[in-house]
Amino acid sequence: MIINGDVLIKVEDLHKVFNNRLHALDGVTEEIRKGEVVVIVGPSGSGKSTFLRSLNLLETPTTGHVFFEGTDITSKETDIDRHRQKMGMVFQHFNLFPHKTIIENITLAPIKVLKKSKADAEKQAMELLKLVGLEEKAHSYPSQLSGGQKQRIAIIRALAMDPEVMLFDEPTSALDPEMVGEVLELMKKLAHDGMTMVVVTHEMGFAREVATRVIFMDEGKIKEQGAPEEFFNNPEEPRLREFLSKIL
Amino acid sequence: MLQTLQDKFYGNFIEDNRWEYILDGLGVTLQVTFFAVIIGIVIGFLIAIIRSTYDKTGKLKILNFICKIYLTVIRGTPVVVQLLIIYFVIFGSADISKVLVAIMAFGFNSGAYVAEIFRSGIMSIDNGQFEAGRSLGFNYVQTMIHIIMPQAFKNVLPALGNEFIVLLKETSVSGYIALQDLTKGGDIIRSRTYDAFMPLIAVALIYLVMVMIFTKLVNMLERRLRNSDH
Repeated sequence: MIINGDVLIKVEDLHKVFNNRLHALDGVTEEIRKGEVVVIVGPSGSGKSTFLRSLNLLETPTTGHVFFEGTDITSKETDIDRHRQKMGMVFQHFNLFPHKTIIENITLAPIKVLKKSKADAEKQAMELLKLVGLEEKAHSYPSQLSGGQKQRIAIIRALAMDPEVMLFDEPTSALDPEMVGEVLELMKKLAHDGMTMVVVTHEMGFAREVATRVIFMDEGKIKEQGAPEEFFNNPEEPRLREFLSKIL
Repeated sequence: MLQTLQDKFYGNFIEDNRWEYILDGLGVTLQVTFFAVIIGIVIGFLIAIIRSTYDKTGKLKILNFICKIYLTVIRGTPVVVQLLIIYFVIFGSADISKVLVAIMAFGFNSGAYVAEIFRSGIMSIDNGQFEAGRSLGFNYVQTMIHIIMPQAFKNVLPALGNEFIVLLKETSVSGYIALQDLTKGGDIIRSRTYDAFMPLIAVALIYLVMVMIFTKLVNMLERRLRNSDH
């Protein structure tokens, strides 16, 4: 399936060098279109997380540009906070706020950043909690939840900002195996509802089933990409073949 | 035996209304401590923000440098010397209230320690919390206020309580600039009655009780903050 929506994120010749030595990104140019579900795979240290984190500038690129909805967000004049509101992010370690209840976790940014009324924000939060079947946890604290529950809350916390795109940084890597399914299930649901998603993951099943495009990164570069069928069945790049043979 | 004790008590505290030295001194001690704590928190908070902003983002380089000098000087010299310098050097020719001088000296001093306590609290919060806040669209300051500070404050509360206990007791050197605080009050009685035991033990007991009450309050606050987080 090829998606021909408008370009949402455009990345131009992105480089990232850590401590003047480690070349984590070595000239990445890429486009993410509306409605795409792009899964990025690659060995550890390949730069895939750095790439994802550069999209909302949690990682500041050393050189290169990132355009979001046509605006150069790497430019110093850009108000990055305003653009980040529209780019939801989900982390490997959930990063829920431990001092806030679940519903406060979800409503904090809508109230403080979007200036929504408390009632509106809570109503929306309850709908989102219903979506993931965790309404009864609204007034619990994060530490009272399982890993899978925490990650589902982290996802709907990002959704509460009505983002244009969702970025997932290894969302299931810190989970016990039996909890991976519930998180992937929610992500599939989002994909089917047309959410634009960029996902760094090791879940090849998810990539095969849900991705519209799979990208293979190695040594800070995009080495190969394509529709999942082509990507998994006819890999061309030797490094990708080696990588796939190790994990499949 | 009992009779002598009674006489001594009378001579030290009742005769010539000598208890007023203790009471007035206590008032001064509390006043100095209270306002010094506030100054300490304000200064400490500002320095901690500047220093951790520099640590996290590399911004505010010059301010960070100034803060570092402040911390080095304040923590590297005794508080009594700082008190004397402020009174006799900085305000040497000015007619200024000794209470005000003491408040400034102990406030500036405490600020340096509070700054490092706050900073360690901020740095102890996992960077993921910071990133989660920023990724939701909070700016740096909002992330600090809503996400980092509440958690940091809870983590440093015991150390902060300890700092204020130290501060309360440190004000006992205020006598060096002839400020009549609690300790000086007891000492004045001793010089009048030539009896050291009664007034000094009374002074010690009052400090002890104040510290115990304060410790209790901090523990209560700590427990309440912990309840909201499990």
